Order: sequence, then C-alpha cells, then structure tokens
Amino acid sequence: MGLLNFFISFAVMATIYSIFVLGLNVQWGYTGLLNFGIAGFFAVGAYTSALFTMHMPTGALANYVTQAFGLGMPFLVGVIAAAIASGLVSILVGALTLRLGEGYLAIATLGIAESIRIFFNNESWLANGPQGLVGLPQPLHNLVSPQYYSYVYLVIVLIFLAVIYIAVEKGIRSPWGRVLRAIREDEIMANADGKNVVFFKMQSLVVGAMIMGIGGALYAHYSAAIQPGVFEALFGTFIIWTMLTLGGTGNNKGGILGAWIVWAIWSWSTYLIAKVVPASFATRAPFIRYVLIGVLLIVIIVRFPKGIMGEERQVSKF
Amino acid sequence: MKTSEPILSLRNVRKYFGGVKAVDGVSFDVYPNRITGLIGANGAGKTTTFNLITGFYKPDEGDILYKGERINGLSLHQTFHKGLCRTFQISRELKLMTVLENLMLVPPDQSGENLLKTWFMPGVVRREEIKNRDKALSILESVGLLHLKDEFAGNLSGGQKRLLELGRTMMAGAEMILFDEPGAGVNPTERKTLAARIRSLVDNQNITVLLIGHEMELVMDICNPIIVMDWGKKLAEGTPDEVANNPEVLEVYLGGSKK
Ligand SMILES: Nc1ncnc2c1ncn2[C@@H]1O[C@H](COP(=O)(O)OP(=O)(O)OP(=O)(O)O)[C@@H](O)[C@H]1O
Ligand SMILES: [Mg+2]
Repeated sequence: MGLLNFFISFAVMATIYSIFVLGLNVQWGYTGLLNFGIAGFFAVGAYTSALFTMHMPTGALANYVTQAFGLGMPFLVGVIAAAIASGLVSILVGALTLRLGEGYLAIATLGIAESIRIFFNNESWLANGPQGLVGLPQPLHNLVSPQYYSYVYLVIVLIFLAVIYIAVEKGIRSPWGRVLRAIREDEIMANADGKNVVFFKMQSLVVGAMIMGIGGALYAHYSAAIQPGVFEALFGTFIIWTMLTLGGTGNNKGGILGAWIVWAIWSWSTYLIAKVVPASFATRAPFIRYVLIGVLLIVIIVRFPKGIMGEERQVSKF
Repeated sequence: MKTSEPILSLRNVRKYFGGVKAVDGVSFDVYPNRITGLIGANGAGKTTTFNLITGFYKPDEGDILYKGERINGLSLHQTFHKGLCRTFQISRELKLMTVLENLMLVPPDQSGENLLKTWFMPGVVRREEIKNRDKALSILESVGLLHLKDEFAGNLSGGQKRLLELGRTMMAGAEMILFDEPGAGVNPTERKTLAARIRSLVDNQNITVLLIGHEMELVMDICNPIIVMDWGKKLAEGTPDEVANNPEVLEVYLGGSKK
C-alpha cells in the first residue's frame, strides 16, 4: 500500500509537470519563444489561486499570517484566476520584449521570474513572505479519508491535463498552429505571407503562460502549502525544459512522456543517492540531483537533439 | 503604351543607409497586367526598392501609392493584405514544414488562424482547410512539385525552391507580385519554363508583376517595360529594345558601373 501511495503522489506531480511542459511546448516547441521564466508563471498561478480560495486568517493565526486578501472562492475560480493572472503577466513581458530580438524574451523572463520570487519573499503583506501560505483548500477533500486524497487529486489533475492536451492539439493542428510554426521557422517569411508576427507570438506566449498558471494552481492545492523557495529556477524552470527536450520538442505526447521520465528520475534519485553515497554525503543529495538534471539535459541536447519523439512531419490535420 | 491608370506609383522615394544612398529619389509607375522589369548592376538599389514598396523598410522621403492609396508606413504583413506579394532574392522557405504546409500557410484570413474558432467552430475550419488543401495541391501540380508535397521544404533543390516560391505567390490571391530574381540558382532550361509560368500568371489571372532580374534573357523575353537603376537612381525606362540600345545602359552593363 505504501508503494502504491508513493506511486500515486508521484503520478500527481508528473501530471502537473506534464501540464507545464504543454505550456512550454506551445511557446518554445511550436513558436520558438525562449521562456526561461516558467517558475515565475508557476508562482503567479500558485499564489493567485491561494489568495482567491483561502480565507483571511482569523483569531490567533492572524498574529502570524498576513496576506493581502483571501476571498474564500471555490477551487475552480482559483484556477481560472491563476490562468488569467499568469496571462496578464505574460502580456506585460511580451509587450516589452516581443518586438525586440529573440534573446530579449529569454533574459526578461529569467529576470522577471526571479523578481516575482523575491517579491513574494520580501513583501510579507502580500502572501506572508518567506513562510508562505499554509492550508490551501483541497477540492473534494471530504470524498475519501485524507490518506487516499491523492487518488482523488490524481483524477482531477488528469482531467485538467486531458482538457489542456486536447485544446492545444486542436489549435496546433489548425491554421493557428501553422502560423506559429511558420514564425518559428522564419519570422520574415511568415510576415511576408501576411501574418502579424508580433500578434501571434503574443498569443502563443499568453496561451503558454495561462497553462503554466493553471499548473501552478494545481500544484499549490495539492501541496496545500507554498513558499517562495519552491519557485526557484531549477525546480520551476529547468526541469521542465529538460522534460520537453527529452520527450521531444514540438510533440505534445513526447513532452508528456518526458515529464514522466524526468520526474521519475528526479523522485527516485534522492532515494537511490541516499543508498549509494556515504551518509556524510547524503545531506548533499539534492545538489547531486541538480547535477544529474544538468548532465541529462546536456546529453540529450548533444546526443538526441530531437528527443524521444520529434515533431511529426505533417502537423496540420485536415 | 499606357493603357490605364498605374496600379503602383513611386514618387521621389529615397532611402539612405548611413552614407549609402541605396534608393535616391526614384519615381516610376507600374501598369496593371504587365510584367515590368527592374534591372541594374549589383548594389543599384533594386531589392531596397522592393523592401520599400512592401513595407519591409520605411522610405526616408517620398510616397508610394498602390491603387491610388498611400501605402508607405504600412508594414510587410499589411501590404500583403492590400494585395502585394513579394519573393526574396535568396529563397526563403519554412524548412521544417512540408511543401504542402508551406503553401497552405499563405491564404489570408483563414478562420482557423483564430484559436477560439479552432475550438468552437471546428466544422467551418475543417471545410476551409479542405478547400485550402485542394487549392494547394492543384497549384503544386501546375508547378510540377506534387510528388514532393510531403517533403520538408528545406530539402528541396535550388530550382525546386524557386518553383515553391512561385506556387506561394499563386496561393496568395495577390493582385500584384514582386519577384526578386526568380531565376537565380535555376538552370537555363528550368528558367525558361519559369519565365513561361510567370507570363501565364499575368495573361490568365489578371496579375501584375514587377520583376527584378539579373539574367538578361529572362528579363528581355518577358518584361515590358523595363526600368534600369544605377546607384540608387533611375537611369532609364522603356521597351526592351529601347533599353538595350540606350548608350548609358550599355555603359553600365558592358563598361562596368563606375563612379
Ligand atoms: N539593411 C541595409 N543596411 C545597410 N545597407 C544596405 C542595406 N540594404 C541594402 N544596403 C545597401 O544598399 C545598396 C543597395 O542594395 P540593394 O540590395 O538594394 O541592391 P540590389 O540592386 O538589389 O543589388 P543586387 O543585384 O546585388 O541584389 C547596397 O550598397 C547595399 O549594400
Ligand atoms: Mg538585390
């Protein structure tokens, strides 16, 4: 039973990561937009949903917890608010950078993600600073006893993944996705074919960011506790890049596969590292994992640039 | 020779790049339903003139009128929607997309370019896609690329890329096509068929062409009138015979451009 529980919570996280990967695939895989700030959209989604669904602290708790607001809204409202907030942040980033060269978006997203994390850390009035928020509501938590809650949540996140997957596939395999891919291949050519390149890039950026915002909300309600420390670039950005690159940039199924494989490596590596390395070293296990992910990314890029499943030859469906 | 109102007019158009006077006060008219040639030595300013007409660059001075409307100030995708389609001196194609998809991208105002319509009006999108595909297939057949429809465009030979480019202009539904050296990188036999296809576009589909050419035989065969540029200025304009016998033009082409 213990192993099954472990697998279920592993599956929940792998599914949430699959959602992030789909968001990145829209931006990078199909449009060629370099978003190195996934963690920022992750954080905005997580905090937005938390603030929308939690109640303001009362009684003794109010002495220890400060938050800007707590609307006590239902879970679904929180998720939608997360998507919108994350989308709005991406519009801001896009408006500043999309007309400039491609490197600007990469640098801006990297910088903004870090600023967002530091902002939540320092501005305690907003979401309780470094301690973060604890006790986020969990949808349908009365359905089963708490030890089986992961099963319920797995169904919830799988439904989100399925809906997002279908929506992205539909868009990508239509003329909309064809324009995005044309922009990725040659911006000037897409422009000469009458496509408003900046407008479509913005759409791609926003759609990807909204998906990431949803991923952030789903993560927040699962762990029921969020702190700024969660949204560091490694856990929130580069692991997702590794997943997409391994699975196959430009292929949604591949991206999901990559998410599950990398998350498996990540989850089991602490356990394995603890077994293999001497105890004095075991406290450093997390850092060994960082190296592992870095090495994995380099090996994929050098040896399997197309990942496990590359883009299909003919993506448009008609 | 003037049978009607010009479709495109340049009025004293100027574009400098720092000290380089790429286009230096050029005026000319293009009349509908003809192939107007634009020739001149390397660096004469031909491509820059195209870039100005299509909104890829903004002129420093002067006006560009398309069907009587001022179009300088529009950007590249906007001039496309006005009915102007251009090609590039060095072939461009969407390398990791199939030949068929390269063409299906082109038609303007596809419903399926709206993400919400792909979700909520899939029937409309699908019907348009099927029409679009059939049109692309028939164009591929007419330019002789049908057997390569599923090939990545990046894998085509130089000559095949020029045919794809021609197909692209046919997909655009444009009223005016600007070809920048369509014969570059094409062998002489293929170039003859290419010329014939451009000719038939104009004859059969009411299209106007402005064509930059280096290969004299292509230009002299299918263009009339011909405009000659040199050092950013218009040097001469006239029928192929007039241009071929113009001493200043001969000087540029035979004596080498000097200044
Ligand atoms: N973006 C640019 N920046 C700086 N200089 C430019 C730019 N574009 C063109 N030029 C210069 O303007 C002049 C005209 O160039 P243009 O490409 O229009 O010539 P062209 O007639 O098309 O020549 P070719 O037959 O070689 O294609 C050249 O001296 C070129 O170097
Ligand atoms: Mg040129």
